[in-house]
Amino acid sequence: MQHSNTQDTLVGLFVAAGIAGLFFLALQVSNLSTFVEEDTYTVTASFENSGGLKVKSPVSAAGVKIGQVKSISFDPKTYQSVVEMAIYSKYENLPTDTTASVFTAGLLGEQYVNLEPGGSDEYLQDGSKIEITQSAIILEKAIGQFLFKSAEEKAKK
Amino acid sequence: MIKFLNFLGRTTTTGFTKLGRGSYFLLDTLAGIGSMALRPRLVVNQIYFVGVLSFLIIVISGLFVGMVLGLQGYYILSDFGAEETLGLMVAASLVRELGPVVTALLFAGRAGSALTAEIGLMKATEQLSGMEMMAIDPIKRIITPRFLAGFIAMPLLAALFSAVGIVGGQLVGTGLLGVDDGAYWSQMQANIDFEDDIVNGVIKSLVFGFVTTWIALFEGYDTVPTSEGVSRATTRTVVNSAFSILGLDFILTALMFGDD
Amino acid sequence: MENRVKQQDNLVSVRNLSFSRGEKKIFDDVSLSIERGKITAIMGPSGTGKTTLLKLIGGQLAPASGSIHVDGLNVHRLKRAELYNLRKRMGMLFQSGALLTDMSVYDNVAFPLREHTHLPESMIRTLVLMKLHAVGLRGARNLMPSELSGGMARRIALARAIALDPMMIMYDEPFTGQDPISMGALVHLIKSLNTTLGLTSIIVSHDVQETLAIADYAYLISEGRIAGQGTPEQIRQSPSEWVQQFITGAADGPVHFHYPAKDYFDDLVSTGRRY
Repeated sequence: MQHSNTQDTLVGLFVAAGIAGLFFLALQVSNLSTFVEEDTYTVTASFENSGGLKVKSPVSAAGVKIGQVKSISFDPKTYQSVVEMAIYSKYENLPTDTTASVFTAGLLGEQYVNLEPGGSDEYLQDGSKIEITQSAIILEKAIGQFLFKSAEEKAKK
Repeated sequence: MIKFLNFLGRTTTTGFTKLGRGSYFLLDTLAGIGSMALRPRLVVNQIYFVGVLSFLIIVISGLFVGMVLGLQGYYILSDFGAEETLGLMVAASLVRELGPVVTALLFAGRAGSALTAEIGLMKATEQLSGMEMMAIDPIKRIITPRFLAGFIAMPLLAALFSAVGIVGGQLVGTGLLGVDDGAYWSQMQANIDFEDDIVNGVIKSLVFGFVTTWIALFEGYDTVPTSEGVSRATTRTVVNSAFSILGLDFILTALMFGDD
Repeated sequence: MENRVKQQDNLVSVRNLSFSRGEKKIFDDVSLSIERGKITAIMGPSGTGKTTLLKLIGGQLAPASGSIHVDGLNVHRLKRAELYNLRKRMGMLFQSGALLTDMSVYDNVAFPLREHTHLPESMIRTLVLMKLHAVGLRGARNLMPSELSGGMARRIALARAIALDPMMIMYDEPFTGQDPISMGALVHLIKSLNTTLGLTSIIVSHDVQETLAIADYAYLISEGRIAGQGTPEQIRQSPSEWVQQFITGAADGPVHFHYPAKDYFDDLVSTGRRY
């Protein structure tokens, strides 16, 4: 069999294109890049209720993603939800009195952890614990409270 | 009634006999893989026929499927004010389902039928017998390289299909309909998981490549050696491949994405 | 090979061979011998399983009972690798030529050499050109099989069959569908190859005159049995009506012109309904 060089070249190009496609999917489309490229440090926070938060939910500050949720577990002693977060190392100057809250993006959107920096001079480090937290707003609860309040106000009048 | 049962019984038996022959054929084919390491040329040659020649149809189909997904997705998502998740929707549908499945179906039509016809004709013109009489094992020399080529080409084609489709969706979504470009990519990146989505998609296309190429080669090898037999075998390849791909897709999807 | 018990004169010996395909008995207790260095013809009407016999000798089919020995080896008792080794010493010329359609004439002839030997390409080239020259088609080396006439394809296939210098060649219907000139060329080629290369040849054919012209010995097969055998002279002189009908090609004789059917008159006056 005689093999033409063009055929070999085309096969080479084809395989290269296919592998490029795979890389594109891995790096540009999926979340793989966020694991590979970034160094992170871990901080924890305990919530009364972490709501619909999931592993890999984003952690953001001022609307910018600065990390993601690493694990969520239930602490049987305090009956709280313990959330471990991986924060990108380049955002290393978060004050120790930062507030962590579970928010919802839009009415039906996914839930995420919002970090609101405080005024302390000391910064969070790997393994630190965020003390000030605010739980997820549970829609049923909020509606219930609202109804209860308005009923109370009516009763006052 | 008896006649019907009789017919049913006979059809089932024939089916099992064929499956049995097919399995032996597959074992013989796989047994030849080791020797291919010494002769990679044979495989490279076949990648040209099954892969490179399917390239264009895959890229064009991928582009259009992506563009349609962009349009349809936008119409539905904008009803909920969730246009930003368009990228996620396009990417998830492509990477998980449409990429592997549509690529496999196109592959069966383009490369699978060609393989069946080629092998069937070789059988009808006594080329396979001739090889055996020259003390050359036609399975090792003809079938195994084609099998490997199909198995290698399929995931590459599926990846291309998905990648081009995602770009197609972006062209329509951000270029035409005004979805924010950053949102298109960031929603995608935040929610498409490498292991759950990309790796599972690749596994799917490997399975489809294996099965489609096996069916195509076996139908060719098992052909009734006449021109009518070859044309029937070619049809059977496309039909059986399509059934197997869709059936397997259901099973694989249930296994992979069942417990989220 | 030296330590074989006795030096056999017969290269191929078929003993009590039976083979059936479905319900139909193709061979029923057939025995025949092919003498070394000679041209042996196996003739018979179409559909008597002549090609099947070649496939049995080549080990592509297995007999229901009986044995086939080639060069002292029982073909159907051999392990796969041994069978393949034996096949390297057998050439077979298929009716269609069975050239590989996706490669040129040159590559087709080089194919067995490249697959079975590790000869350098320059030596393969010399060998291929020699074999092509032997069949008179050295000039056609760059053609593709689709560009060849039937006779040329067969000659190329012959060049390929002798590429590995086999001890025997089996010809399956070499003369069918050939014009007189290429038929003559093939007849001459088979004869001269047999003498110059010291081959043993088996020709399966129903072209009586061409085959008898070059055969040293001939078997006539009919309905699964050997209906006649002998040298061409003996065959021509045979007292058997069937043999005479076969070699002269008379329309009616022991083999009837009509396919077995019921009485002609009854058939015409019947209602035509199937029953």
